[in-house]
Amino acid sequence: MSVDQILVLGVNHKTAPVEVREKLAFPDIDVPLAKLGEIPGCTEFCFLSTCNRVEVIFTSATPEKTVRHIRSFLFADSSLNDEEATHYTYLYTKEDAINHLYKVAASLDSMVVGEPQILGQLKNAYRQASERKCTGTILNRLINKAFTSAKRVRTETNIGSSAVSISYAAIELAKKIFGSLKNKKVLLAGAGEMAELAAAHLMSQGCTEITIANRTLKNAVKLAKQFNGKAVGLTELISQLETADILVSSTGAQDLILHHDDVKPIMRTRRNKPLFLIDIAVPRDLDPKLNEIDNIYLYDVDDLSHVVEINKKDRKSEADKAQAIVTEEAVKFSHWLENMTLTPTITELLAKAEKLRKAEMQRTISGLELSQKEVKAIDKLTSSLMGKILHNPLIFLKDDCEAEEKKQKIDYIRKMFSLD
Amino acid sequence: MLFAATYIIYSIAVTLYLVYFSSQNKQVRLIARRFLMAAGLCHLVLFVFRYIEAGHTPLTTHHDTVSFFALAVTWAFLSFRWRYQIKNFGTFVSVVIFALMTVAFFSSRIITPLPPSLQSSWLPVHASIAIIANGFLALGFCGGIMYLIQDRELKKKRFTLFYHRLPSLDALDQLNQHCLAIGFPLLTLGIVTGSLWAKQAWGSYWHWDPKETWGLITWFIYAGLLHQRLAIGWRGKRSAIMSIIGFLAVLFTLWGVNFLLPGVHTYVR
Repeated sequence: MSVDQILVLGVNHKTAPVEVREKLAFPDIDVPLAKLGEIPGCTEFCFLSTCNRVEVIFTSATPEKTVRHIRSFLFADSSLNDEEATHYTYLYTKEDAINHLYKVAASLDSMVVGEPQILGQLKNAYRQASERKCTGTILNRLINKAFTSAKRVRTETNIGSSAVSISYAAIELAKKIFGSLKNKKVLLAGAGEMAELAAAHLMSQGCTEITIANRTLKNAVKLAKQFNGKAVGLTELISQLETADILVSSTGAQDLILHHDDVKPIMRTRRNKPLFLIDIAVPRDLDPKLNEIDNIYLYDVDDLSHVVEINKKDRKSEADKAQAIVTEEAVKFSHWLENMTLTPTITELLAKAEKLRKAEMQRTISGLELSQKEVKAIDKLTSSLMGKILHNPLIFLKDDCEAEEKKQKIDYIRKMFSLD
Repeated sequence: MLFAATYIIYSIAVTLYLVYFSSQNKQVRLIARRFLMAAGLCHLVLFVFRYIEAGHTPLTTHHDTVSFFALAVTWAFLSFRWRYQIKNFGTFVSVVIFALMTVAFFSSRIITPLPPSLQSSWLPVHASIAIIANGFLALGFCGGIMYLIQDRELKKKRFTLFYHRLPSLDALDQLNQHCLAIGFPLLTLGIVTGSLWAKQAWGSYWHWDPKETWGLITWFIYAGLLHQRLAIGWRGKRSAIMSIIGFLAVLFTLWGVNFLLPGVHTYVR
């Protein structure tokens, strides 16, 4: 019997640009799970799809063939050919696959390292897969252990708490101004990728209302749809600013789009509510003099980088610490997996029984004065007792059955006799 | 003796709060708060003893007034439920309390006999309400200082140790509002009761004595702040500055008037 291998096949922000990633959209989770189930050789599987990644975690006894199938399934609706598809995807096998999954769960592979959403997304993906019985003994344990290691990373390192990227730095600053971002109104100027990322972060912090102002209304509408927001033309920027709390500007304009004198008068209509201006455009969109107005806080890319720089020292060591935890947990899982085959389990079980028997024998005999013959008799008695006791578990293990059932049996026995 | 003991407990509390501020060790904060509470209780006992010693509400000498002011700030802080949202608020407040106690420490503790015209039940009512109002206004002052520091950090974008230790601007602005919401009605009541007492003691409600005038100026500063907050949405930096100016007026009413401008209130020395 060939042994199932763990594999991860996917696309993320590191391997594919957003134009490619957006083609792999799977709004209804049932479809990919059903489709994957039909792929031959795909034994256990779980399907994870977020805005920055689409990946399939699966086990297979015939990896090469299955990988080809899964890849063509992922790219079925895109116009890309096989070669391009291979170019944009990554494939991890065995230990690398385990390591990768643990890194994903611990948010070490995220666009914003340490961002907390990914764990929830993975949990959701796992729940959906396991409810439909797509996962089995191996993936159940693998993914649950990935959660455990992610939790360890969260509690033992500060990777999630320090501002780890420009977006997060912006959010940390926003929290120092507004306290909580709940129900704050966000205005985006520009509808590019930067704006999208910033919006995603702000929404995840509880901002509810979002308005996108863009020169080309079409792009604004598209992005607005994604966040349930409102789209307006760039000319409405100033009037929109009267009610916004946070403005993220990232247009490609060559000149400033918002001047000191434009904003000063609207502070009165705003009843002096604080306004946080984030200018991530290069060249800059917002007049640096805006920062001089009371209750307005303006940060450009350099200012934010400076904030990030302060946290960087911590971040590096925190990421190292997190990586160490992930590796440690992945190694633990690999050990378990190695032993999940029949022969080592039987050997270990017998060895454990023999060790116990020997120890108990020794204890009994040393207290008594017994002849050679009597010792031999006790030895024989205990061995045959051991053999009788283990007979049924061994039959149970060796009994011919489905691969999945076999793994479960091995798992039961290993747990029952605490072999791990 | 009891005053010295109270003073020592306060000084331990303020030291612990400062240690907490630099170390951010939560255990230290817990101990600091217990010491502040112990100091507050000790101070209450001290107040009762002074009452027995003087034979009337001991708010007629400078020492007693300032000491009671510190007591009012302490209990205003300890009973203030919004303090939980304000990180490191205790450090700022305990410094103010300690400063007041130090002033009390260095002023004369001799109780001068009270003129019969002033022996009235209005004395405890007027003096205590006015000083408790000052207690809450002092909290607003601390919040204002914290606001200005945090605002500066955010504007200058050069973060010092204050940035992480101070709460959000929004929380500090709300603190400003809460202190005003409690302090201002009490201040108003303090002035009204004072005026009723004046009528009883001297026959007319208002004398334009410097203390009364400055009390009124203080009242107008806070009334203005409250009005601007409600009417045109003054917030943030301006409110913070106003609550600091208001508190400076409170301090001037308390001290400046006594030492610089003599009047009928001068017995309060």
